[in-house]
Amino acid sequence: MSDAMKHLNEQQLVEYRYGDVADAKEASTIERHLHDCAECQANFAALKRVLETVDAVPVPEPDPGYETRVWNRLRPEMAQPARASWREWFTVRRLVPVASVAALIAVAFIAGRLSMHAPANPPLSSGSIATSTSAPNAAQPRERVLLVAVGDHLDRTQMVLMEISNAQPEGRETNISREQQRAEELLTANRLYRQTAMHTGDAAVSTVLDELEPVLLEIAHSPSSVSKAELDELQKHIEDRGLLLKVRVLDSTVRQKERATRPAAQPKANGNGTTASSL
Amino acid sequence: MEGADAAQVAQVLGGDRDAFRVLVERHSRSVFRLAYRMTGNQADAEEVVQEAFLRAYRRLDKFEERANFGTWVYRIGVNCALDLMRKRKTEMEQRVTQRTDDEERPDLMESAASSDPTPERIALSGELKEHVEAAMRLLSPVERTAFVLRHHEGRSIEEIGAVLKLSAGATKNSVFRAVQKLRKELEPFTTTKMSARPAR
Repeated sequence: MSDAMKHLNEQQLVEYRYGDVADAKEASTIERHLHDCAECQANFAALKRVLETVDAVPVPEPDPGYETRVWNRLRPEMAQPARASWREWFTVRRLVPVASVAALIAVAFIAGRLSMHAPANPPLSSGSIATSTSAPNAAQPRERVLLVAVGDHLDRTQMVLMEISNAQPEGRETNISREQQRAEELLTANRLYRQTAMHTGDAAVSTVLDELEPVLLEIAHSPSSVSKAELDELQKHIEDRGLLLKVRVLDSTVRQKERATRPAAQPKANGNGTTASSL
Repeated sequence: MEGADAAQVAQVLGGDRDAFRVLVERHSRSVFRLAYRMTGNQADAEEVVQEAFLRAYRRLDKFEERANFGTWVYRIGVNCALDLMRKRKTEMEQRVTQRTDDEERPDLMESAASSDPTPERIALSGELKEHVEAAMRLLSPVERTAFVLRHHEGRSIEEIGAVLKLSAGATKNSVFRAVQKLRKELEPFTTTKMSARPAR
């Protein structure tokens, strides 16, 4: 390279600025060129001014109690079994329930679409999750899949609510990390079921799931160990909304409905080729 | 200091969980400063510190170079900050899916032209900080990490490459791209008023 004729490019200047020019000979060439070339000197000075500008933005100094705050937040987390980090949260743990619920809804939807072709298919309005009182119909696979799933979801939710409601303060703090983790998992499913219920016009289900959501959220976002006052607050929120009773009633309704939508048992054929019921 | 770290690590591994507090007190500020440079805001930096120490604690039994706990947790902090920046970037992309890049990008040049800034005026008004922060937000997570580690933290290209799992050439290139972007955005504010209005 001719020092006098060829100007330095930006990458050379940046590497030179940080001392990252790999070759000592090249570094020396750059240095000589900078010494002799006014244009490259100006270019290098402009680059340095920009970097000095970046330096001018200060990093705020944490307050004197910062380390204690970090420790106080860290200490209860250290006592818990490993919880998912952001990356894990966005990959494995969160995606499993989301994927399973999404798959379930997709299956239910496809099943429903297929059942639409059946001649005896009831109108869509009767396809709500729990409030329909229509007679058993073999063309209701979508509803049945959803009913089973919502019933299971309500069972699991009931368990979390009961455990929180019946928790006795353990000394100064009560460990609710298990309930918290389950509430986090239920939250995603709860949102999807609520949206499905709203879509199918099932007000009874969507209303209860809607009331559940803030409480599940509150449990999920509580510290892993809660004080007596915090536990009282959680218990009060569950009690004030009558959530346990509402979930039980809805669960029971959903289960009844699910039983009612099961396909009728096929009568056994007798040896004469006629059905047992014809005897 | 490092020798003392080894003693604390041994105590924690021996079942004395509270000994970890000393390590937090010793190293959380340096991880915070790094995390702030990388994420650009205090709340995210604090989240990174929390996550870095939690990960360090949970993996302490796998940590073999016990004399270098500070370096180790610092490196975990880099990875936590990188994860968080990627997460934030994804969230932002989801929010602005419908917008064009031009609409979303802060128009630094226009803002500069409209207020007739001089470097002194910008510095005095506190706008400079905002412009630098906006320019830093234009960097990709990898570019920003490479730049912060090289420029602010003085880490070598080899160290940065090891954290980012990049070759030396690719690491240098990430630093270069970062500087190039910053220069493009910030140079108008660092030149004199007469030359501060390049044609758009």
